[in-house]
Amino acid sequence: MTRFETVRTGARSPSGQPATQRNIPHRGAEANPSAKALHDKFASAVERVEVIWGETIVYVDPTAVHEVIRWLCNDPSQQYDFLSDVTAVEYRDAEVPIEVVWQLRSLPYRRFIRIKSQLQKGKPLEIDSVWDIYKSADWLERECYDMFGIRFIGHPDLRRILMWEQYKEGFPLRKDFPLRGRFSRSEQLRQALAQNPEARYSMEELTIADAFAELPEDMRERLGKGERTGE
Amino acid sequence: MGLSASPEHRTVSYAPESQEGWVTTRLDFLVNWGRANSLWPMPFGTACCAIEFMATAASDFDLARFGMERMSFSPRQADVLICAGRVPFKLAPIIRRIWQQMPQPKWAISMGACASTGGMFDNYAVVQGIDTIIPVDVYVPGCPPRPEGLIYGIRMLQEKVKNERSSDAGIRDEMEPDPSSQLYIPPSVIDELGEPFGNSVNQTRSGL
Repeated sequence: MTRFETVRTGARSPSGQPATQRNIPHRGAEANPSAKALHDKFASAVERVEVIWGETIVYVDPTAVHEVIRWLCNDPSQQYDFLSDVTAVEYRDAEVPIEVVWQLRSLPYRRFIRIKSQLQKGKPLEIDSVWDIYKSADWLERECYDMFGIRFIGHPDLRRILMWEQYKEGFPLRKDFPLRGRFSRSEQLRQALAQNPEARYSMEELTIADAFAELPEDMRERLGKGERTGE
Repeated sequence: MGLSASPEHRTVSYAPESQEGWVTTRLDFLVNWGRANSLWPMPFGTACCAIEFMATAASDFDLARFGMERMSFSPRQADVLICAGRVPFKLAPIIRRIWQQMPQPKWAISMGACASTGGMFDNYAVVQGIDTIIPVDVYVPGCPPRPEGLIYGIRMLQEKVKNERSSDAGIRDEMEPDPSSQLYIPPSVIDELGEPFGNSVNQTRSGL
């Protein structure tokens, strides 16, 4: 396949069958060529490869996942240059480990690959951040930390992103989290109302912080005394 | 709903047919007529109800017929807070602050099931009715309400405004939340209002 061959919906594949969802087997379809390359390169780190509904899933040892993703991103034969998503899955059964999922896209080769890494329960939920490879991992990993409590080692600013920063009830998408939260409604409301809506942003995120030195002298003085503008 | 007047709140019976206080009642009528027909809404649209709210303001339903064509995107110049859509707990301090920034006289309309009760979002993230955060005058049911429903709610609010009396002493008092909990109504009432109902009753808490 040439690098930029257009793929149209319903186009016929080399086998003669149209490449629609109907003709893709549930399991056992041909794996993405990157899976074999990964297996050759990191034989000890790749735990297993699954192909479900035509999508390649590679299970990688948690300690090697950063190295694997860096190679997938940088190697000229792979060029997975786009990180679609970082998320996690917790299964119903308590003994099944939590999976962290990276969804990668290679724009030059038109390939998807899904990297999964299993974190055993009962141990600290920690895994290497891929922020130094993909900057888009910043908020994705923050969301994953917010909802599942998985700590990404090496993330520059790992704090909550959806819930407020002083949220005390835990990690909402974990299976042991009750649907309505742990606290009573009045306590939830009291804690939510105690938040200062303007204190959610770090100073780096506020444009006023960048522009502070350029403000007029009197305005800087007023802001320095705690006065707010725009109200 | 959970917001009853304090015992010292003095009410005045309204009897326009009695000629007593003719000048003040006529003045009230004039002021209320002006207020009711020039309500400036502060739209607080967070979800799909805001789409219906926009449809209400657009030409087919033409909210301008009721003097509400001027959407006030600053709470400082607004009369009615129309909360259209679900309010997560993270937005609770924001809607509270917007409400406190609005000058008297002010009213609030809770538009839709989610704003009024939390709706189907009986979960950890959504406020179970904005009346636990701010006082609400009119609840508009529906998921989302049709524009006719919102207009009916607005007409009800106009009726309420037209029946106000300037001799009613406490009517313009700003409600102050309880200093320790920052809540307008007692926590037990909030817990009661936030209790599960309907299908939510059968949702079990996770036993893990």
